[in-house]
Amino acid sequence: MDLTFTAEDEAFRQEAREWLRENVPAQPLPSGDTREGFAAHLEWERRLYEARWSVVSWPAAYGGRDATPWQWLIFEEEYYRAGAPQRVTQNGIFLLAPALFEFGTQEQKDRYLPAMARAEHLWCQGWSEPGAGSDLAAISSRARRDEQAGGWLLTGQKTWTTRGAFCTHMFGLFRTDPDAPRHRGLTYFLVPLDAEGVEVRGFGRLDGDEGFADVFLNDVFVPDRDVLGEVGEGWRVAMATTGSERGLTLRSPGRFLAAVQRLIELANARRDALTPRLRERLIRSWIAAEAYQLFTLRQVTDLLDGTAVPAESSLNKLHWSELDVYLTETAMQLLGPEAEVDGAWPRAFQFALAGPIYAGTNEIQRNIVAERLLGLPRT
Amino acid sequence: MKFSLTVDQRAMRDALRDLLARECPPAVVRDAWSGHDPAKLWAELADMGLTGAMVPSEHGGLGLSDVDVVAMLGEVGYAAVPLPVAATVAVAGPALAAAGDPTGVLPDIAAGRCRVSLVNAGGLAPYGRFADLFLFLADNAVRLATRADVELTDVSTVDGSRAMVRVSGTGAVVTATPEELALARDRATLAVAAELVGLGRRMLDLTVGYVSQRRQFGVPVGSFQAVKHQLATVLQALAFAEPAVLRAAWSSQTGAATRSRDVSMAYVLAHDASQLAARVALQCHGAMGYTVEYDLHLFAKRAWALAAESGGVDQHLDRIGEAIGVGR
Repeated sequence: MDLTFTAEDEAFRQEAREWLRENVPAQPLPSGDTREGFAAHLEWERRLYEARWSVVSWPAAYGGRDATPWQWLIFEEEYYRAGAPQRVTQNGIFLLAPALFEFGTQEQKDRYLPAMARAEHLWCQGWSEPGAGSDLAAISSRARRDEQAGGWLLTGQKTWTTRGAFCTHMFGLFRTDPDAPRHRGLTYFLVPLDAEGVEVRGFGRLDGDEGFADVFLNDVFVPDRDVLGEVGEGWRVAMATTGSERGLTLRSPGRFLAAVQRLIELANARRDALTPRLRERLIRSWIAAEAYQLFTLRQVTDLLDGTAVPAESSLNKLHWSELDVYLTETAMQLLGPEAEVDGAWPRAFQFALAGPIYAGTNEIQRNIVAERLLGLPRT
Repeated sequence: MKFSLTVDQRAMRDALRDLLARECPPAVVRDAWSGHDPAKLWAELADMGLTGAMVPSEHGGLGLSDVDVVAMLGEVGYAAVPLPVAATVAVAGPALAAAGDPTGVLPDIAAGRCRVSLVNAGGLAPYGRFADLFLFLADNAVRLATRADVELTDVSTVDGSRAMVRVSGTGAVVTATPEELALARDRATLAVAAELVGLGRRMLDLTVGYVSQRRQFGVPVGSFQAVKHQLATVLQALAFAEPAVLRAAWSSQTGAATRSRDVSMAYVLAHDASQLAARVALQCHGAMGYTVEYDLHLFAKRAWALAAESGGVDQHLDRIGEAIGVGR
């Protein structure tokens, strides 16, 4: 047990902190889930890339810094502490990239990773469909073989696709073998959204931003070189990296440590509103954020020791999503009548409500915890 | 950065787990309910060195650290050991050692010849009937009394294995250093937190075992989501309490400025997780768990007893509030 960082890690922290202090925009950018906000965020992403902060944990060859998991956590902590903008590139960097590193061919890695790091290729996730949400394996979008052209023709509809209307590419699951058992007949495809036959229609989320999209595909040709992993192995490729989505890469502790600090600032600015009941909520928010940090330090230790339990990422997801709702509800109550006025906290509150739904609903996560961590019988 | 127990710490913890599985099955806890002193169990614990774990080697102990001991106290909770292990090992041992062992009892504590009960603010002393010494953490001092110094009255408790007495009288001052008193109090709180997490784990294991074999409507009741989700929530609570307990032990061991805050945080999480575990375990067992013939009540009542003994979460929430800048 040693809960101190090395001098090297602290130097890394210092470098990140200084760069962020000098470069984070003084005024918050407009929401990255709107058209104008997205453009402003892209500019920010490119600035991150120039300074090699966009993908710190990647190899230097792809634009990263070969940062250790500890350094990655430190970077995240500093990033949110500095109040830096949301990462509109995160679905590519945190959800697709781990799969590319694990299953991609060298050619795919070379073609896609540097462009992703530069925020030139912007990826959205094409998993959910109108009939396949929690029951992801019920996907009915299909890919038909086109032997002559050496590829596949994709047809179907993907939906609730985050930032789909602003992205350039989509990674998605499609049914290549309609006769195979549900989980077996799926293949993981990489699809440029400007391909012929793709139509993208943005639509408003609960908070009103055009953060969602329907992606319609009508005989969209995708060459063999854009299949990730083996044909028919899409489920396995997708699931191998769901830990990234549910666990700490999507929502690192730094985000919540920073949020709870802002909540404390809010409370101190509104001492009159800070009733004993709200003070308790505030303290419990701090406890939950801090507990997530400690859980993560333990988890990263396990990861480095090779003793990590993949299904544990469901515990992360339950914890951070519930913490986020609790924390932002507390802020809303502190704001009193002002909570009705559009602003950072009401937006954070509305966004937090999506947390227990996306990346696998918390009901699904509790099934996973019960079956894989506790060993309870499957239904 | 390395957030895990060492190989040695795991080995010690596992050795204690094995010993307790053998020497402290539920039957031993039940015997304590009947007023039986589990003296053989105490002797076994002394043999493996646990009673003198935090006693320095010059007084016959092992001179272990907070982290070493906290890892083992989880096992003490898991087995619901009906003896004052936490008070003797994690509180009295290091407090007396820091004060230079004024009455010369440390070798006896280390050798297992002497048990110490920690008297709470209301004068209740858990396992006092089986104790030789009484430790007080009140009135600006750490005090120690022998049986001859105090008057003891038996008290009947919800957890009948507590061998509870009410103590009147007080002992001689061991130390009046505020920092030593504060440290002893934090160690007592942290020991309870570690035990509570162990108790929570035990109740969860018991319940998972039960709902996996209990069949209704033709299937194991553990296959129903209504049951699964409750138990998943218990695991979630315990899984996030465990690292907090370990971190608080580290803070105590390293003399961190945040020790009190960290101990309070560990306590709040362990308290809430254990009380939730008791509630959910009872619910998921149905009527089967609502009986003294089934073992669950031994662990649930201990979890309630430790929560009461340590005074609940309010003072700890306040202490955290002060530390993070939202004090009253």
